Amino acid sequence: MIATLWRFTPLLILAIVWEAATWMGLISEFALPRFSNVVASLGTLVQELAYQAGRSMLRGGVGFLGAVVVGVLAGVLMAWYRPVRILVDPLMRCLYPMPKSALIPLTIMWIGLGDASKMTLIFIGCLLPIVLSSYNAARGVDKVLLWSARGMGATEREVLWEIAVPASLPEILSGIRISLALSFILMVSAEMIIANNGIGYLISVLGEGGDYSGMFAGVITISAIGFFADRCFVMLMNRALAWRE
Amino acid sequence: MALAPQIGGSTAAAPPGASRAGSLLRLAFDRVGPFLTLGSLLIAWELAARLELVMAFLLPPASGVAMRIFQDLFTGRLAYDIGITLYRAISAFSIAAIGGITLGILISRVAAIRWFFDPLLSIGLPMPKVALLPIFMLWFGLFDASKVLMAAFSASFQIVVTTWAATRGVERELVWSARSLGASEREILREVVFRAAMPQILTGLQIAMPVCMIVVLVTEMIMGGQGLGDSMLRSARYVDSPGVFAGIVEIGLIGFGVMKIMEVLRRRLLAWHQETQKDQ
Repeated sequence: MIATLWRFTPLLILAIVWEAATWMGLISEFALPRFSNVVASLGTLVQELAYQAGRSMLRGGVGFLGAVVVGVLAGVLMAWYRPVRILVDPLMRCLYPMPKSALIPLTIMWIGLGDASKMTLIFIGCLLPIVLSSYNAARGVDKVLLWSARGMGATEREVLWEIAVPASLPEILSGIRISLALSFILMVSAEMIIANNGIGYLISVLGEGGDYSGMFAGVITISAIGFFADRCFVMLMNRALAWRE
Repeated sequence: MALAPQIGGSTAAAPPGASRAGSLLRLAFDRVGPFLTLGSLLIAWELAARLELVMAFLLPPASGVAMRIFQDLFTGRLAYDIGITLYRAISAFSIAAIGGITLGILISRVAAIRWFFDPLLSIGLPMPKVALLPIFMLWFGLFDASKVLMAAFSASFQIVVTTWAATRGVERELVWSARSLGASEREILREVVFRAAMPQILTGLQIAMPVCMIVVLVTEMIMGGQGLGDSMLRSARYVDSPGVFAGIVEIGLIGFGVMKIMEVLRRRLLAWHQETQKDQ
């Protein structure tokens, strides 16, 4: 308990320095709102923040979960079946290095301004890192494991789902973790560029309107959500990998 | 084509009993397969647009998009936009790389700095940093400075964390033997720790570069100020779909080129490392 407190003391120090600097007028309130005002805004905006964050989470969640399901499946199939690999690989090679934010105007044009365009964007953006990490993971499975499973009479399907997939799980999961962070970036930036609700929209509206303490409250909310999503994922990951060692 | 499950990429491992013709066919498929996918996609795209299966404004024909790219190329528009976007992305990347590697090494060496930055990093890494853009606009204006700093800020967390992990993971035996051979602390840092950590640091940089590109494009879309992101969003606003598609293709090519350059640099810098020597 004390160790955790000690670990997070630097955050407290930062908050105090922030408050002191604005309170003493070292930094103008127009450039940086007081920390206490930000906390007050968090209180007054709490309903608005919860609603907008909920909208954002819905979009992010659908896109991200879709990418996980399709991505892992595609990656494993690519590693397992040659024709799939040969046909899909060039497509992935072309699309993987593309900065995914380039797709924002396209999804706007095709799907419009609503939820579906953000879900599609997050889905496509998160898909490729997951496909790539599952492909690399499933390709790198220790061959001895596969041979012994086959030698003991497992069918090919059993070898795939009972041996290859569990053995590549650690790498697949770390690929998914990178995508999780990416989904937040894409969600917030798409909402900042064009949206009529969502936390990114709220942040940009408050920021452009000059309500910086409200804007910081939005930033703190989305950072907290991102942090907890990441922590929850790491916990899930450790639980899923508990059988190792 | 037999759906023989096979792990690993060796073409030689044809199933026993496969005829010579079969293995030739397989080899041909290996060569042609990649072009098959891309080619048939392009043809399907062109046909779908030409036969007006899809509204022209949703999907302009591939040939029209190619024309548009050439047009941009000859008017000098393309070089100008690419130049501006790359200039921003590369400045951001350099700032993030220098700052991030320095901070990462400091964190792994000095306990007080580690204590201070550890919670900041664990909160900052998964956080969507673009959300701070309005503040960056307020502090650094609407021009290059805010875009570059926003991208540098977004990318630096990844670099700090990987550098920290990399320098922490350096084998103690390496440091001990250098020390017993009489190397000074500074020499150990520069000649042993930094080099041993190099592969992982480069991996961090390879993750950070696309982040810089993504953020620069987003800031251009939000704030304007020329560059590929700005011209693309302008095309989208004017429902100029060839412009949007041309932008996607151009950005894709740039991204591809930048990643390739990073790979070549990695191979150059790590010429001494087993990872490179295994490939040869």
